[in-house]
Amino acid sequence: MDYQLTEEQQMIRDLARTIAEEKVLPVRAELDEKEEFPTEIMKVMGDSDLFRVFVPEEYEGMGGGVLDECLIIEEISRVCGGVALSYAATLLGTIPILLFGNEEQKQDVLPKIAAGGLAAFALTEASAGSDASNIQTTAVKDGDDYIINGTKQWITNGGNASYYTVIAMTDKDKGSRGASAFIVEAGTPGFTYGKKEKKMGIRSSSTTELIFDNCRVPVKNLLSKEGMGFIVALKTLDLSRPGVAAQAVGIAQGAFEEALKFAKERQQGGQPVIQYQAVQHMLADMAMQVEAARALTYAAARTIDAGAKSYSKEASMAKCFASDVAMRVATDAVQVMGGHGYMREYPVEKMMRDAKITQIYEGTNQIQRNVIAANLIKETLR
Amino acid sequence: MNIVVLIKQVPGSTEIKVDPKTNTLVRDGVEAIVNPFDTYAVEEAVRLKEAQGGTVTVLTMGPPQAAEALKQALSVGADRAILVSDRAFAGADTLATSFTLAAAIRKTGGADIVIAGKQTLDGDTGQVGPEVAMHLKLPFATYVKKIESADGGKLRVERLVEDGYEVLELPTPCVITVVKEINEPRLPSLRGIMAAKKAEIVTWSAADLGEDAKRFGLSGSPTQVVETYVPERVKTGEMITGTVEQQVDRLVEKLKETGVL
Repeated sequence: MDYQLTEEQQMIRDLARTIAEEKVLPVRAELDEKEEFPTEIMKVMGDSDLFRVFVPEEYEGMGGGVLDECLIIEEISRVCGGVALSYAATLLGTIPILLFGNEEQKQDVLPKIAAGGLAAFALTEASAGSDASNIQTTAVKDGDDYIINGTKQWITNGGNASYYTVIAMTDKDKGSRGASAFIVEAGTPGFTYGKKEKKMGIRSSSTTELIFDNCRVPVKNLLSKEGMGFIVALKTLDLSRPGVAAQAVGIAQGAFEEALKFAKERQQGGQPVIQYQAVQHMLADMAMQVEAARALTYAAARTIDAGAKSYSKEASMAKCFASDVAMRVATDAVQVMGGHGYMREYPVEKMMRDAKITQIYEGTNQIQRNVIAANLIKETLR
Repeated sequence: MNIVVLIKQVPGSTEIKVDPKTNTLVRDGVEAIVNPFDTYAVEEAVRLKEAQGGTVTVLTMGPPQAAEALKQALSVGADRAILVSDRAFAGADTLATSFTLAAAIRKTGGADIVIAGKQTLDGDTGQVGPEVAMHLKLPFATYVKKIESADGGKLRVERLVEDGYEVLELPTPCVITVVKEINEPRLPSLRGIMAAKKAEIVTWSAADLGEDAKRFGLSGSPTQVVETYVPERVKTGEMITGTVEQQVDRLVEKLKETGVL
């Protein structure tokens, strides 16, 4: 398929692919096995300017769009969805500052991210998952500071990021309108990391608790205004969901390629198994699904890049569709490869484990369907 | 510190094919890459510049499309690129090539250090680096695996030899050729790639070098390639078949024939 990428986009994609194949491929199995954070690979990606892509030029970035981002995430995910997440989660943690930061906040944070610094986004809590309005973490104003108390759960890049965008309640009585968003720097007194989770997939990515115990954050770290926390969170997720879609497309593409290669090499009954129609049809279905997911993801990204005011439906469609495809294609890749596919010696069992999370995080696919349906209903009322 | 790096564009290593009719290398449709050993030379030059300041000039002799190889070097930190390109250079052996490169280095204003890869993937001779040094009347060290120091008009290097390494000290200006153990070349950055894309490649022709034109290309090459061919595989083994007795008889017969018994 010709997606009419610009010369610059092709350069970005090619560089990301080179990094994936030269730096990620040789270590992905080990990072997965040891649950080790890809510190060196993040440094390579930073040195190669890949963190500059999503930062505006006035803050030492390259002013790229959502599609540019998606190309990078897809290429890294094609080799390792876990490594790609450490990068994508930085984008997620940076979006609130890109969308809602004031000049001082942007000047302070964005050049450091552009140079390869990591960020994280902290919304989820033990009792606030899909029901994000049930946040228990509080931020109480005290002079020139806010004092944050509470525990965030399952925070990607926890312990590795330099900047955290944290959603906390400044006025519990107002419910979802009482939430606010704060920038919290690593090392702030009263801010520590809790349990590091052991996960099914994306195991090179770090997932931890964030613990705030009378953590003082200066008032200047408040993003937007008090009470805007949920708007910040929802707009952030709308903008980051194409990135999850791209991660899913990359995982699916990687799994499909492994299955195709294997089917051409594996001999059974005196011929390569790709000669059997049963296998051919599976591969044809996989190829179609991956391409459809990619097309929808790029279309959603382009819709946003073209300046659409509202794009939550498109972003959710891409995230939901692509992640369902990733799970199906990765599962079929294991099936095509049979016993080999199930063994850790081959990469597809990991891809299947990695694919699963894309159906769950940044809003489960059930929540995505709610978002899509709510938009469909809203459109009929216009 | 002014550093000149000599590089060459070569056919991608995994795809070398020989035309069975003409016995020459098939270059059409074959990906062209920067000679891998030269990428270490570029990286070492850029590291020296980053540590001590100065400029890195990459220089190649080749057809116009070799500009792509120079751009690749620019994308990883070289400052200036010069392509020496002219039909008059065609058919050059290592002597004519090194003569041409030496003339171009002089034209750049000279260098404190000239760095090249230990050899190219296609020619494989390893001669051009040392020959450039001889044309420029400079000291040289080949197979350098480490630059220990580069200051005070001296270069101290470790040179790989069969059973270890030698430590040599050379006065600058000098020429070194490097092996892959010397460093791990960096990947380009996006900004580097984009700047390289826009960069102007200076092109010098035979006339620009102002040397005796007979010393360029084919006419300046005492060695001429008469034929290129893939060595024929000669089957020497003989499978002995039959009953054990027959096989033993045949084997003894063979061994007597060859004088072993």
